Amino acid sequence: MRRIMGLMIGIFAAVLISGCAVKKDKIDVPPEKQLTMWHWLSDRQDVLEKLSKKYYEKTGIYVKMELFSPSEAYKQKIMASAQTDTLPEIYGILGSKRDKANFIKSGHVMPLSAEMKKNDSEWKKQFFRQAINSVSFSEGNEFKVPAGIYEVPLDVVTIQFIYNKDIFKKAGIDPDNPPVTWEEFVKAGEKVKATGVDYLISGFGEPWLASCLASNFAWNIMGENKMLATYRGEVSYTDPDWIKVFSLFDQLAKKGLFASGIVILSNKEAELNFSLGRAALAFNGSWAVNVYDEMTKEAAKPLDYGVMLPPKVSNANPVGIWGGAGTRLVVNAKSSKKDLAVEFLKWLTMPEQQKEWAIETKNIPANKNCIDLVPDKVKGFLEAMKYAYHPDTFPVQEDPVVQEAFSKGLQAIIIQEKTPQQVAEELDKLKKKQMEKQK
Amino acid sequence: MAFVDKSNEKINALVRKYINDAKENLEYLKKSFKDPNILTNYLFVLPAFILFIVFGLYPFFKVFQLSTMAWDGLSKHMTFVGMQNFIEVLHDKVWWASVLNASWITFLALTIQNGVALILALMCAKDIRGGHVYRVIFYLPPVLSGIVIGLIWKWIFRYPDGILNFALVKMGMQHLVRDWLSNPATALNAVAVVHMWRGFGWGFVILLAGLQNIPHQIYEAARVDGANAWHRFIYITVPLMIPVFILVSILTILGSMQIYDIIAATTNGGPSYHTEVPVTRILASMQGAGRFGYACAQGIVFGVLLLSVSMFQLWVSKKMKQE
Repeated sequence: MRRIMGLMIGIFAAVLISGCAVKKDKIDVPPEKQLTMWHWLSDRQDVLEKLSKKYYEKTGIYVKMELFSPSEAYKQKIMASAQTDTLPEIYGILGSKRDKANFIKSGHVMPLSAEMKKNDSEWKKQFFRQAINSVSFSEGNEFKVPAGIYEVPLDVVTIQFIYNKDIFKKAGIDPDNPPVTWEEFVKAGEKVKATGVDYLISGFGEPWLASCLASNFAWNIMGENKMLATYRGEVSYTDPDWIKVFSLFDQLAKKGLFASGIVILSNKEAELNFSLGRAALAFNGSWAVNVYDEMTKEAAKPLDYGVMLPPKVSNANPVGIWGGAGTRLVVNAKSSKKDLAVEFLKWLTMPEQQKEWAIETKNIPANKNCIDLVPDKVKGFLEAMKYAYHPDTFPVQEDPVVQEAFSKGLQAIIIQEKTPQQVAEELDKLKKKQMEKQK
Repeated sequence: MAFVDKSNEKINALVRKYINDAKENLEYLKKSFKDPNILTNYLFVLPAFILFIVFGLYPFFKVFQLSTMAWDGLSKHMTFVGMQNFIEVLHDKVWWASVLNASWITFLALTIQNGVALILALMCAKDIRGGHVYRVIFYLPPVLSGIVIGLIWKWIFRYPDGILNFALVKMGMQHLVRDWLSNPATALNAVAVVHMWRGFGWGFVILLAGLQNIPHQIYEAARVDGANAWHRFIYITVPLMIPVFILVSILTILGSMQIYDIIAATTNGGPSYHTEVPVTRILASMQGAGRFGYACAQGIVFGVLLLSVSMFQLWVSKKMKQE
């Protein structure tokens, strides 16, 4: 017994000691030549480390990539570090425009307009217009942030409908001609439902995705100006156009076209269900290409899917989708090595590195000069960039309390607990209350 | 007038007493600093005292300070708003609905969860075969991560092909098949079931320890006197277990009211607001709306609520003991 105990203690000690061992391949550089970058991209850590190594070989500057996942943990990490002024040289701000404004106003973000505009805007010209718009603050913005560019976009995303071609075929829908109008969209849903498969799936348990779809419909029905007027409190949520937006959700819910449990699904679960063929249509972003590939890499048959825009509900305005910068990074204004950090980000967004980023991560690069190398599956998302808008580019944002009530209201419509009219009235009341408070 | 004079006298006497006490304490401290032995003792206590101040006392008072501010959590500038945040909390319907949701889960945990825990503890307190194995099995759920438990149960509740719905169909109860977690009528109770499944092991262990502390001789004497099993339970077990019941119920109340991880893994507060609880609301204020001051005010109101319930429970249990 003693021998066994001794052996066990020996093994435990060996494991403990080996755990304390230092990794041999660690790059040893003096502190003045080392930068740190914090991110939340668990699927892109390898690519980032690879690029960092490449940069070190070229310049002798080593960028240590530190991953903090999941994104909620990352959010808390940067918040706490900002409060104690311990942010690294490069990091990303996950959150709304309001959160970004708070970081900027607290002096944690270096303005990048001057760098972007150097040499006849050489750096700025590399990016998609939508990407630059979404990393900028416009003149006279409601957050009182000085106008300019504050973030560097690494890739761009668009959020659309992704449909399973095999399920569409089985339901008698031509996968090469997906629904374009609202009537076709609903009819396709009924056909899919008749085959016993769920129609529309998405992570509506995460409030922002349902709000994003509603925003797409609103963009088409009432246009940008009326949406912004609503956020400013000049148009009520009881306006017929908003009721129409809510009614679309009501209509889909009444016909049973939402996947079961959609209101409590996280987007990761929705992605898994779609990749397993449990639903015909997913409302998801271009990052899904990589996610679906990962989820189906051991499947006998690859997932065959196409991409389509949200259905056209009205002829009054063009169809619009959320799109713009996806992964964005900032430079810590309080860092003594901010110039080195800017140089690294410039290098990271040059065509050669962006090509590598696109191939390895299957994301659309933010640099528009290397879109030829975008994988075929991503091209559908890329083509939709011309329809893209992003709420971050709006000069006015909806109050976060109203925003939450908006997405909760959509959930209430989907579970048929409330009518569109009820939700609209509640939102209107809350909006007035919040406006009163702001005064 | 006489009443006022008397109260003034009382207050004056009290103030004099405090001043005298403070003087004595000061004298003692002065002497202590001259005595190297006592000074050494203080030095030993100092690290723990500093840790207590930094990680205990300072955050506690900081939360109170922040609750009177409008602050986004980042900027150096805070605006003093006085009691405004507290007034808003008192009028926040969603907040009070979340308190009610947590209270309902707590009520179920106090009755069903602890009831099951007591029955199992009573069974395991007897020398049954494989008793130790049962103890380990019953204690497994509490040591698992809440997120993992939540995800497993989400899979069990899945509609239409989760284990629960599958079992219902197999048992011929097709009419009961439903989307348990996204149906507003069942979501909160479904979450409560998960919480109780996770929590009964704690109660079981504490109750079992309490039962094993009751001397066997008392039961034997009662048996000799002709008391049946029910009488022994009511007249011996229950009265002697009251302190344990109090402990278990206070722990249940505090644990259930602060439920979070299971909600985050199963429903994320949805559908709509049906499974929102105070902790999810505090987080929504802090991270969603960036209102740190308001979130602190919610935290304080919640703390006061929990403290009041615990005090009330202690008072009731003292009364019961006296009777």
